[in-house]
Amino acid sequence: MAKVLVVTSGKGGVGKTTTTAALGAALAQRGDKVVVVDFDVGLRNLDLVMGAERRVVFDLINVVQGVAKLPQALIKDKRLENLWLLPASQTRDKDALTEEGVAKVIADLRSRFDWVICDSPAGIERGASMAMRFADEAVIVTNPEVSSVRDSDRIIGMLDSKTVRAEKGERVEKHILITRYDPSRAARGEMLTIDDILEILATPLLGIIPESQDVLKASNVGTPVTLSNADGAPARAYIDAARRLCGDTVPMQVPTERKGFMDRLLRRRAA
Amino acid sequence: MSMGLLRLLRGNKASAPVARERLQILLAHERGMRGQPDLLGVLREEILAVVSKHVTLDPTKVIVRLERGDEVSTLEVDIEVPNDFERKKAAVA
Repeated sequence: MAKVLVVTSGKGGVGKTTTTAALGAALAQRGDKVVVVDFDVGLRNLDLVMGAERRVVFDLINVVQGVAKLPQALIKDKRLENLWLLPASQTRDKDALTEEGVAKVIADLRSRFDWVICDSPAGIERGASMAMRFADEAVIVTNPEVSSVRDSDRIIGMLDSKTVRAEKGERVEKHILITRYDPSRAARGEMLTIDDILEILATPLLGIIPESQDVLKASNVGTPVTLSNADGAPARAYIDAARRLCGDTVPMQVPTERKGFMDRLLRRRAA
Repeated sequence: MSMGLLRLLRGNKASAPVARERLQILLAHERGMRGQPDLLGVLREEILAVVSKHVTLDPTKVIVRLERGDEVSTLEVDIEVPNDFERKKAAVA
């Protein structure tokens, strides 16, 4: 049975697109057939993070409006057999996303894929509400920082009231994914702890992605971080998160502070 | 070295507990407001309707403000009434 998963946050810049690409690639590597869909109409970036920016011909809006057929707009990943991208439009505005149109596209995608991962734009406007509208599950990307946690709470409220599932009296299964977690700052009491965030948001944890240079490097070269440095800490955390989404029981790895001599020496400057 | 001692030596306090407390208070309030109609907007509309039965008003000169305090909150209604209001009333009578 196909699952529609929205990657959302409210706040911008917390790592939704990175997460969409990383989870999409990790699920496809397990053998599931995956499509990642960019809902950020006007400001598309999933194509860039996936390294497919030069292969975009048709987009989500073209399909919604019937200008192109779905198979024409789907871009097959060059690295993974099971991974596809449906890009957003760069020129149209978000009002082009009609609910009926999006419903049709999602239904069509459900029949072709195991996972439909919707990359939500920031904010709570039309693009964000359409990205979550048909979701079965949600990954709420949260940074350990007050404004991100507040916005996540707001988004959780929307998932519980404005989705098709919520309106039918069913629930969207929600998961918190904490990104940009810096263990040394957490240890110094400068960053909200994992327990604080989970208690405040009252939502189960899917994974903790440590702050890492791997993420920037991956987006520089247009490769999901789970493929670009599969042994790195963020890749391993994303791969574990993908396994949890599939129902596997995987022990949670809380990133810990590295205490090498050089780290201690350099920490004063970095802090 | 314990975290507390480290902090003492550096002379700074952990800010995360402050963040946690501020968030808990704020979100408890925001969750309560969720799904309710915009209270200030409704008040403004109804006050405007009542007053304009008797006085000709510029709708943009009606300001309704709610200030939250620890013990009590204050509702401030600021309505600008045109100066020729008394004259107009006399003319009608």
